[in-house]
Amino acid sequence: MKFGIVVFPGTWSDRDCGLVVEQLEGAEVEYLWHKDADLRGADCVILPGGFSYGDYLRTGAIARFSPVMESVGEFAERGGLVWGICNGFQILCESGLLPGALIRNAGMEFRCEWVHLVCERADLPFTHYLQEHQVIRVPISHGEGNFFADPATLSRLEQRGQVVFRYSDERGYVLLDANPNGSAHNIAGIVNERGNVLGMMPHPERCADPQLGGSDGLLLFQSAVAAAVEALAS
Amino acid sequence: MSLAVDEQQLREVALTQAEYDEIVDRLGREPNLLELGMLGVLWSEHCSYKTSRPLLRRLPTTGPKVLQGPGENAGAVDVGEGWAVVFKVESHNHPSAIEPYQGAATGVGGILRDVIAMGARPVALLDSLRFGPLPASRRHFEGVVAGVGGYGNCMGIPTVGGEIYFEDCYAGNPLVNAMCVGLVRADRLMRARAEGTGNTLLLVGAQTGRDGIHGASFASLELDASAEERRPAVQVGNPFLEKCLLEACMELQDLEGVVAVQDLGAAGLSSSVAECAARAGAGARIDVAKVPRRERGMTPYEVMLSESQERMLVVIERGHEPAVRELFAKWDLEAADIGEVTDDGLLVVLEDGVAVARLPVALLTDGAPVRILPSERQAGPPRMDLAAIRPGEPGDALLALMGSANLGSRRPVFRRYDHMVGDATVLPPGGDAAVVRINGSSLGLALTIDGNGRYCELDPYVGGQLAVAEAARNVIATGARPLAVTDCLNFGSPERPHVYWQLGEAVAGIADACQGLGIPVVSGNVSLYNESEGFGSIYPTPVIGMVGVLADYRKRLQAGLRAAGDFVLVVGDGPQDLAASEYLKVIHGQVAGRPPHFDLARELAARDFMLDAARAGLLHSAHDVAEGGLLVALAECCLLGGLGARCPGLRADGELALETAFFGESQARYLISAGSRAMPELQTLARRHHLELVLLGLVGGDRVEFEGQLKVGLAELREAWENALL
Repeated sequence: MKFGIVVFPGTWSDRDCGLVVEQLEGAEVEYLWHKDADLRGADCVILPGGFSYGDYLRTGAIARFSPVMESVGEFAERGGLVWGICNGFQILCESGLLPGALIRNAGMEFRCEWVHLVCERADLPFTHYLQEHQVIRVPISHGEGNFFADPATLSRLEQRGQVVFRYSDERGYVLLDANPNGSAHNIAGIVNERGNVLGMMPHPERCADPQLGGSDGLLLFQSAVAAAVEALAS
Repeated sequence: MSLAVDEQQLREVALTQAEYDEIVDRLGREPNLLELGMLGVLWSEHCSYKTSRPLLRRLPTTGPKVLQGPGENAGAVDVGEGWAVVFKVESHNHPSAIEPYQGAATGVGGILRDVIAMGARPVALLDSLRFGPLPASRRHFEGVVAGVGGYGNCMGIPTVGGEIYFEDCYAGNPLVNAMCVGLVRADRLMRARAEGTGNTLLLVGAQTGRDGIHGASFASLELDASAEERRPAVQVGNPFLEKCLLEACMELQDLEGVVAVQDLGAAGLSSSVAECAARAGAGARIDVAKVPRRERGMTPYEVMLSESQERMLVVIERGHEPAVRELFAKWDLEAADIGEVTDDGLLVVLEDGVAVARLPVALLTDGAPVRILPSERQAGPPRMDLAAIRPGEPGDALLALMGSANLGSRRPVFRRYDHMVGDATVLPPGGDAAVVRINGSSLGLALTIDGNGRYCELDPYVGGQLAVAEAARNVIATGARPLAVTDCLNFGSPERPHVYWQLGEAVAGIADACQGLGIPVVSGNVSLYNESEGFGSIYPTPVIGMVGVLADYRKRLQAGLRAAGDFVLVVGDGPQDLAASEYLKVIHGQVAGRPPHFDLARELAARDFMLDAARAGLLHSAHDVAEGGLLVALAECCLLGGLGARCPGLRADGELALETAFFGESQARYLISAGSRAMPELQTLARRHHLELVLLGLVGGDRVEFEGQLKVGLAELREAWENALL
């Protein structure tokens, strides 16, 4: 199977994601230039972290107009796997593929540190290697990761089980103290209703190797590979 | 002799009358105003090193691993497996004093371009910062930290290390030194030489505006009341543009016909064109009308002296321009053909084809007359007043030190820097050196930046030596072998005889220590005139950036204790007193005494022991014993590892003996922990290296304890330590 990793001007997690994918059995990498609408046969599109277009207007606000995003929208429409990480999550929200928005961290400061996440959906293509309620340890690195949505949207997300990851303590308790950026309901990642578009602020590609301090992120990549391989087989 | 310029005009370009006369003499005519401006910036201390050059000759700059020493955009060293590490440190002190965020941000942007110009991809940033005490200096502190993070985070280059100190002398003139480390295949290392007559000079990246004019000259003056008016001399950074420039320059290496890449830094086009031509012994002709502008109505003077950021000069073999232009267009970057390489040794500036300046390249880059200034040895350091010291509970002193601004946890700072991007940071900030692995190989780079202004104030020669020794120990404590140094020399006005003396002494100290330890200096920067009204001259503050290499990064060591039951040991044991210590300053308000002695033989023995023990896998943790002495080092190991330590009481007879043992800053020491089974081998190793190895105690529990002498809970220590900067 093939991961298509989108490169916008200002993207910087592309190579980190590529590094992880290259270690996976049965997976290959294709970098997708934002000016090119062709997804080159990708089975899973990753919108990686970075500061696309410098985040000068709003995070992700310009990137959504790139030619590649139109193709990504159609790909998602057809049920293709789309995975937005950090800036990629922001782009997914700006382009309407996911609800809500990511605003300035409540503490007004950039934060780069390890956090714990509790997984609430272990039935997704991206998470089926995890157990429900499993706690994973993943780094964050953002200044604008504070998930915000109006009350109606939030309750819809909750009712339909679209919250995939919440910031928690190491035991999985969702506490205010464990929330690094002020996100509503401690939300760290959500999925669309259909379950094929995931957005998350934390960086799984930074913890797919024990030498980097943890390997929980690898489970997400392995899940996506298995799901894509299965989809290809069927 | 000349009437063409007045004093006011000379002051504006920071030239002396004697220098002006030299120019007229060498040119055989009066320079015009544009030429005068160009000579002014290139002859500034910042660009010409006219004051420091004779002193810098003492530094050892060669070695079997050195691929590029000083004189290029950055230094380069062979680290094995075909990789070259490229690195340099640079100061951005004066801009940061006036506009902390942009000053720091563009400091980072500038040093990144130096590394990029060598063909290397930046893989790490470090920063060395000095401020006046908190809370008064919070505006500087917060602004600089935000600026460093703002630029590096947006670029996607991890900031993996650094150091921060707070002292009164930096209140009016904070120091911001940024270091960048990059990697390139050794056979693709680039040099910025404008070779090949007729080759094209392309200016790529940002448009040129009026920002930063006279920045280099500004850096070569003291900060006074008019500094606020110099705010326009501070540039504004655009890290997004630089990220695009970085990627384009990386892709550029795959194209044919690329001769050289040169950063536009201090003195803008004037210096980058002149230096690039000088290195090739060539000349250059450029037309300012072809330079893309951000503003209308700019004069040739403004274009040539602008320090607008995010620009690069690219030298292309004639005929290869279209492919290069296409590449930059892909990244939405402008690439303007502004001129060509010539063979007449002249830098000719045209405006719409009409010559407006014509200067010999060599006059610009090497013409500044060397200044040997009067030097005056300063009186020895004030003596310690030991009689005035009433020792209290050592536990209280430990808590006070751990909670002090200079020794408290740096986490509130480094968590604002992305230190993980790149998937290579295998030892994050917070310990001794950071370790960044080279992805795809087993090699690891240990990176640190270090300096102690107080030691240098008390004895600049010893302070220079100790800055090198301390940086080396940071690297060695991770299990890495020190490879090479980049230095940033921050001093006051050299026109003060005692400052000039300090500069000479500190450089001599650095040179001797580097020579002794076998670590060459491959790049560096000099920042003089760090003075301000009301606060006077800063401490002489040489800062040492060091790179070391680990053959196998998986064998790296960290400072935190690892397992209960392990032995805690001190490697090395020398003569001990409280002179120049953090304890003496923080607890008793004395900045006094001669800093600890630099003992080369002991440093070498401790290094060899540490590297042998690390390679053999005998150690569970290792930490350098530095400011705050043994007890602070132990407390740091405990806090980083989340484990306590139980030790029998230290033998200490006599007045202040216990305080001296706990807090004295004797050099060449490491604190290590190891399993009991490793003990025989460690002892054998210590004997072989003629080194003292002292068993301090055992890892375990939830406090730091010396029987009958001190008992402090880890929770209490952590509280003090983690809140020191908040």
